[in-house]
Order: sequence, then C-alpha cells, then structure tokens
Amino acid sequence: MCGAVAGGLPAGIDPGKEAVIQGIVTRGGQPVVGYVRLLDGGGEFTAEVPTSATGEFRFFAAPGTWTVRALVPGGQADRTVSAEKGAVAEVEVSVA
Amino acid sequence: MSREAVLVDADWVEAHLSDPNIVLVEVDEDVSAYDKGHIKGAVKLDWKQDLQDPVRRDFVDKAGFEKLLSSRGIGNDDTVILYGGNNNWFASYAYWYFKLYGHENIKLLDGGRKKWELDSRELVTDVPSRPATTYKAKDVDSSIRAFRDDAVAAIDKLNLIDVRSPDEYSGKLLAPAHLPQEQSQRGGHIPSAKNVPWSKAANDDGTFKSNDELRALYTEVGVDFGKDTIAYCRIGERSAHTWFVLHEILDQPNVKNYDGSWTEYGSLVGVPIKLGAEA
Repeated sequence: MCGAVAGGLPAGIDPGKEAVIQGIVTRGGQPVVGYVRLLDGGGEFTAEVPTSATGEFRFFAAPGTWTVRALVPGGQADRTVSAEKGAVAEVEVSVA
Repeated sequence: MSREAVLVDADWVEAHLSDPNIVLVEVDEDVSAYDKGHIKGAVKLDWKQDLQDPVRRDFVDKAGFEKLLSSRGIGNDDTVILYGGNNNWFASYAYWYFKLYGHENIKLLDGGRKKWELDSRELVTDVPSRPATTYKAKDVDSSIRAFRDDAVAAIDKLNLIDVRSPDEYSGKLLAPAHLPQEQSQRGGHIPSAKNVPWSKAANDDGTFKSNDELRALYTEVGVDFGKDTIAYCRIGERSAHTWFVLHEILDQPNVKNYDGSWTEYGSLVGVPIKLGAEA
C-alpha cells in the first residue's frame, strides 16, 4: 500500500523521474488523521491513501493538474495542485 | 440477491456486536491494518497467506477452506459480515470466495473500514478468541468463476468488463503503480472488453453508489444487461468487487469473475489482445 511518510522522499525513489504530490491534512492548524484521495483533471478518482498518524500523505502522480481531497471524521476539503516531473508539490489541505 | 440482502450499515453492525451468531471478518490489502485496530470482536483473514494456495496459482482447496474457517471459529450457520479498507476491495474478494464455497449467510459492511473510521466509531486492538468449529464447505460453485477459455470464448459475444484503471486497460501500465509485482508478459486488454474502473462503483466514503448510478456506469459504456458477463482485472480482486456490484447488488444473473485475469491472459500464447483506449 502506498503509505505516507514524513518529509523528503523515501530511499530508492529517484526524484528526477517522479511527479510527487505530498503534504499534510490539518484542522485548526493541527494535523488530523484521515484519508486522502487524488482526483485527475476531469475529477475522476485515481488513488487513495490513508494519512500517517500525523496527517501526512504522498502520491506519485503524473505531470498535470490534480485535486487532492482530504476526508476526515466530520469533514472534507479539496485543494487543487499542479504536479511536475522532477518536482515535489507540497500541499496543506485544511479541513474546516 | 439485492442490496438489502448483501449490505449492512455501520449502525446495524454496532447493534449486533454482541450477537454470537454474527462474525465480523476484516480483510485488507494492507494486512497490518487489523493489528492497528479493528471493529470489536472481528477476526482477521489474510488474503494472501490464508486464501491462496502456497504453491499453485489457485485459491486454497475445500479442505484448506474448511480448516481456515474452523480455526477462526466460523460455523456454517453463522452470519459473516466482511469489511476492509480501500472501498471493501479485498473484503469483496473474500465475499466471492465464501460464495464459491457455498457459505449461505454473508454480507458486506457498506463503506468498510474507511466509513467506520470517518464516522469515528470504536476500533480495538484486542484479538477475540472464538472456539474452533467444524466447518463444512460445499463443492466450488463454478457458475461464478470464469477461466481463460471462457474469457477467449466471450470475445465479441458476452459482456467482458475490464475493471482496471484506464492506463492498465490501454496497455500503458501492467500494474497499479504501488503494486509492481505480478505482471503479465504483455499489456492491453481482451478485445471487446469495456473499461469500467472498479472504483467508480464507490462513493468518496467507500459506500456503494445507488443502484441507478451503478447501472448507469455499465450501460453508459455499452454493457448489455441482457447478456452474460465476465469481469476481470489483474489478479481477480478488483473484479471481485465489480462481480459483487453486478451479481449481488444489481442482481444480474450469470456474472463470473475471471480471477486468472490479466496476469494470466496477458501471458497466454496466441490469444488476441487490443491496445489503446478503444474496446
């Protein structure tokens, strides 16, 4: 399963080849645990990961525009994010 | 079957947690999920260690299934409620499996583990001890399982539904990005198969979409509900989810899961393969 790890990139991953989207889910500025879904430019579901115990998540996407949707108990929020090959797009998804 | 007969919701499960004839069973792709917390009283099945033959590519035989369920304390008359992560992906596979061996009373918890967590319902780490039973399985029900010859014979005749992602269907990828093992020799799809990714059947919270929404998913791409259907994916687990939707929720007769799926078909010598986004 694609788990989520804090900061940086795991060993064995060549950052030059990946279009990474990663970040943290927060509520009131504090990390919150839940699920994160990755939707493509057409709004279609592509992948889902549970967050780490401290709200972090990571996807290996393709270049383009994506929607990151966080689902946590009692709430959800979307963020649009642009991914590029060889770059790590950091995103904080704040749930009201 | 019908939606009401095969699905229960979380409130129903909470109300039946102490019922001795109801056994909750968690099955996850991430086999460590159960150990981090599970619904009170639930037992664990490991889809790979418990449900696959350790040597041949097949599921465990009848004696193996009987031994497994007996050791978990599941009796023939018990009602089994399956649930798991990732929209009940592997729980649906286990459901198909229980049906293959003729278990009568079995349902899925709608939304599975994710909905339960998003509802902030209780998870525990205590592992229950259920007294062993003497489970008796029936002979395998081959009416819900397709083999490679069935898949080849279905081209241009029956409904073939490829439930993998569009990139796997077109031949660009051989497996989901997080599962690099178990690949076929060739990419692509079975000619005439329609592509309906399995995950389209679930809402964001993991519950199944409404019957009308589900039916539309298939009819929109040209699936003819008047014909028999074979669903496949890569190793037969995502397609068990689609089998559940078609056969159990929508009550379509004669739907088979081809569990050999693309890892088998895409390695066969001489069979037709189609590349690209078109069926």
